[in-house]
Amino acid sequence: MALGTGWIHIIDFDDENNIINKNVLLHQAGEIWHISASPADRGVLATCYNRTSDSKVLTCAAVWRMPKELESGSHESPDDSSSTAQTLELLCHLDNTAHGNMACVVWEPMGDGKKIISLADNHILLWDLQESSSQAVLASSASLEGKGQLKFTSGRWSPHHNCTQVATANDTTLRGWDTRSMSQIYCIENAHGQLVRDLDFNPNKQYYLASCGDDCKVKFWDTRNVTEPVKTLEEHSHWVWNVRYNHSHDQLVLTGSSDSRVILSNMVSISSEPFGHLVDDDDISDQEDHRSEEKSKEPLQDNVIATYEEHEDSVYAVDWSSADPWLFASLSYDGRLVINRVPRALKYHILL
Amino acid sequence: MAAAAAAGPSPGSGPGDSPEGPEGEAPERRRKAHGMLKLYYGLSEGEAAGRPAGPDPLDPTDLNGAHFDPEVYLDKLRRECPLAQLMDSETDMVRQIRALDSDMQTLVYENYNKFISATDTIRKMKNDFRKMEDEMDRLATNMAVITDFSARISATLQDRHERITKLAGVHALLRKLQFLFELPSRLTKCVELGAYGQAVRYQGRAQAVLQQYQHLPSFRAIQDDCRVITARLAQQLRQRFREGGSGAPEQAECVELLLALGEPAEELCEEFLAHARGRLEKELRSLEAELGPSPPAPDVLEFTDHGGSGFVGGLCQVAAAYQELFAAQGPAGAEKLAAFARELGSRYFALVERRLAQEQGGGDNSLLVRALDRFHRRLRAPGALLAAAGLADAATEIVERVARERLGHHLQGLRAAFLGCLTDVRQALAAPRVAGKEGPGLAELLANVASSILSHIKASLAAVHLFTAKEVSFSNKPYFRGEFCSQGVREGLIVGFIRSMCQTAQSFCDSPGEKGGATPPALLLLLSRLCLDYETATISYILTLTDEQFLVQDQFPVTPVSTLCAEARETARRLLTHYVKVQGLVISQMLRKSVETRDWLSTLEPRNVRAVMKRVVEDTTAIDVQVGLLYEEGVRKAQSSDSSKRTFSVYSSSRQQGRYAPSYTPSAPMDTNLLSNIQKLFSERIDVFSPVEFNKVSVLTGIIKISLKTLLECVRLRTFGRFGLQQVQVDCHFLQLYLWRFVADEELVHLLLDEVVASAALRCPDPVPMEPSVVEVICERG
Repeated sequence: MALGTGWIHIIDFDDENNIINKNVLLHQAGEIWHISASPADRGVLATCYNRTSDSKVLTCAAVWRMPKELESGSHESPDDSSSTAQTLELLCHLDNTAHGNMACVVWEPMGDGKKIISLADNHILLWDLQESSSQAVLASSASLEGKGQLKFTSGRWSPHHNCTQVATANDTTLRGWDTRSMSQIYCIENAHGQLVRDLDFNPNKQYYLASCGDDCKVKFWDTRNVTEPVKTLEEHSHWVWNVRYNHSHDQLVLTGSSDSRVILSNMVSISSEPFGHLVDDDDISDQEDHRSEEKSKEPLQDNVIATYEEHEDSVYAVDWSSADPWLFASLSYDGRLVINRVPRALKYHILL
Repeated sequence: MAAAAAAGPSPGSGPGDSPEGPEGEAPERRRKAHGMLKLYYGLSEGEAAGRPAGPDPLDPTDLNGAHFDPEVYLDKLRRECPLAQLMDSETDMVRQIRALDSDMQTLVYENYNKFISATDTIRKMKNDFRKMEDEMDRLATNMAVITDFSARISATLQDRHERITKLAGVHALLRKLQFLFELPSRLTKCVELGAYGQAVRYQGRAQAVLQQYQHLPSFRAIQDDCRVITARLAQQLRQRFREGGSGAPEQAECVELLLALGEPAEELCEEFLAHARGRLEKELRSLEAELGPSPPAPDVLEFTDHGGSGFVGGLCQVAAAYQELFAAQGPAGAEKLAAFARELGSRYFALVERRLAQEQGGGDNSLLVRALDRFHRRLRAPGALLAAAGLADAATEIVERVARERLGHHLQGLRAAFLGCLTDVRQALAAPRVAGKEGPGLAELLANVASSILSHIKASLAAVHLFTAKEVSFSNKPYFRGEFCSQGVREGLIVGFIRSMCQTAQSFCDSPGEKGGATPPALLLLLSRLCLDYETATISYILTLTDEQFLVQDQFPVTPVSTLCAEARETARRLLTHYVKVQGLVISQMLRKSVETRDWLSTLEPRNVRAVMKRVVEDTTAIDVQVGLLYEEGVRKAQSSDSSKRTFSVYSSSRQQGRYAPSYTPSAPMDTNLLSNIQKLFSERIDVFSPVEFNKVSVLTGIIKISLKTLLECVRLRTFGRFGLQQVQVDCHFLQLYLWRFVADEELVHLLLDEVVASAALRCPDPVPMEPSVVEVICERG
């Protein structure tokens, strides 16, 4: 999915036929700054959007439902491009009048789509969606106190520990929160030299966390030892806006930066499969005679797999496909969406 | 050719034909004549001249042979030769005979005078001999008379002579006996007087005799007496020996006497060493006392002098005396001495090392080197004497160790000096500027730092160089000739220092306080220039200096100059890049705050350029000045015309129309972006944090790139009202007016600023740009 000013584009990529389909939904409330889809219901998504009123800009958040016919992926492409755009159905607002601008909304991963966290200025708010998401009740909240204007920039919900941990970024600091008590559990001061733009949890290794920021670096952290990053990448030449672990092969890390590049890195040494994918003996099929020799290969070094330079302007969003682990997309300022695949050679190397 | 026969003894050769041709040449003939003479004197030709005996000497047909038979020869000729040859032989023979005759005549004429004088001489001799015969006869009679007289005298004196001989013998015996009888009392007296040496000599002389005649009771008594006295003597000697108050030479004398008295050498050897140990231990104790916990300790030179003269001298004496006294002990004795020397030596070394360790912190190398020199020199003597104890080796090792530690100390010193320089620079940079009085400029600071480091390096080199001075006794050891120079000084000290300097400098780049507060940017700039200077000149200068002073003669691999230079260059590059980042960040933060904190929607119509932009230009100018102090100008892209006159009409015309028309309808989203995309295709991608070159323009370009990119990204995150957009327009024009002059390629500034205004327009719901002329007026107003 891609975001535009008040529009939501649903893009269908047919892998087998290499066909791209696009549907546009009108997001009437305002321009969208952040978007995230419900893990439980494919038709439900949450957005943060700007609402301009009385020469004031306020960022609000809401939960929406897509029209039914767009939910199923295998529908006919609406070739008639002249057809009027369909509209999202508003499920509920996350009321932020008391808390300020919403920076980010995140769903509870692997949950039933009932819990959502939003970051508003210096507050972290946990909402319960009730009555089939038609009502959002503030379950609990915590806020950051300190000198100056503290403002959350980004947050992620950890898929580990029964989904009880959330990590947030404000300025140069990373913080971990326990959603049960809404208390801080760890804090990485000066994680980056400058503003932290994004972070992501390793889906397979429970204490590992990646972060990126304006110092052009991507850092990997073990949250049990917050004094030193486990690893630092410095491949980009401008702010890194996004970092994403591959959902199944966590050695693959995707970063997008305002130097208009997307970089795919192979962080084997700190992944959950440092010595390659362990295949059970049952999986061996008869034509894989040379598999044993590949297995005995030296473990891969951490390296940059590829640098994608298709974008002409700053890349503001990258993400992996949730259906195909070898597919990813990146979106840049000029509205260009690029879909790429992991190089075939590497794919086989990881798989075999 | 057969020798032509001398026909002398064969006159009757007849008219036989000579077998040979007429080949008799002059030397040949002369030899023939000699041959004849020799023949006459019974010498065979062959043995006289040593000539190879060609033909069989018994051959009767050989003309020159001793057994020549004319008949046989003629027969043979007649039988074997044809007539012509016979004729030839005959003529030849005749010719030869004639020649021989004339030869003989010549000889006779030549020697005629000699014959005559010989005859005269012989005659004269005959006369003389006759006279002599008479005188000899007379001499014979006289001699006979003398013999007779002599015999008579001998006969008369015979008797007395015998008696005198006997008396003399008795006298000698009596004297010996008297010595023997007096021996006990003499010995006693000697012992009383303390003339032990005399006593031992007497005893030695009498010993054998007494031993021989001990079956006689009287002798036996004497021997017993002697024994008692000798025992007492030995007792006293031992006593004296044990008292040990006397010096080593006297002790050695005692031991020598005791040995002469036949005391067991083994035991004496032990005792001797035990006494020596006592004495040497006293020396060691006194040395230790000097070492003392509270140091009014004498300086190290004095200490090693004491050690050298006291302990090492003592050890030398002991060793010399021991070797002299107990040479008979063989290898076991030598081994004992070696063990003794080793043990005491190691204790001495331990003391010396403790003392030297105290010296480690001190700064004066010359004193230390002199002390080490004395220490080493003193130990060379016993080292030669006691090769087995390995004292010299151990001493050399200590010296080497000290030298190594010294190198380490100097390296530390250099590092500390470098850090000190840096602290000075920091203070100078941080010192508040007194009004009207400008602090030292960056260039001056750089020169100060460079010269101070260089002088420190030179001082260290000079100090270390003392170790290899010719007059120092250990300088010709292989360690000091090879490893010390190359690995120690060159690699360890100089290369090590340069490396650590680079590291220290680099550490400023990754200091955790990346916010820029930790290191003043000017220091980064200064260090970068310093490293660059090192790369271009100083490193090769220092290394050449080192190589000259320490002629490196071994084959250890040494770091080539190029590697070091590359490291220094890399450091300089990193520092400069970091400088750019830090300065860029400072300006970026300023711009970012200015964009983020302002309410762009409800801003008023722009009347002025915002103050922050002026500040940005001021800061950039300040940075420009700062960098200009240390770095050269660098190359700019050729400029076509006066760019400051460029207006911002671009935004309002072609570009913007394409971009902020409401473009997100499903119909033609790509077309609207096409224009800007195509434009971007032709402009080069801007690497924002790219490595910089070593010149001012490149540095400034880097800083401005970072700043403007930040501005761009921040603008994209905001929403602008109409006047907000116009303010951005004004600000950008202002920046453009002043920033283009700092960068290598002004196109870059234009591009980024265009991008900023275009982004702002895109973020504006009511994009009405300001008239370019108004923008210009506002900017020119200030």
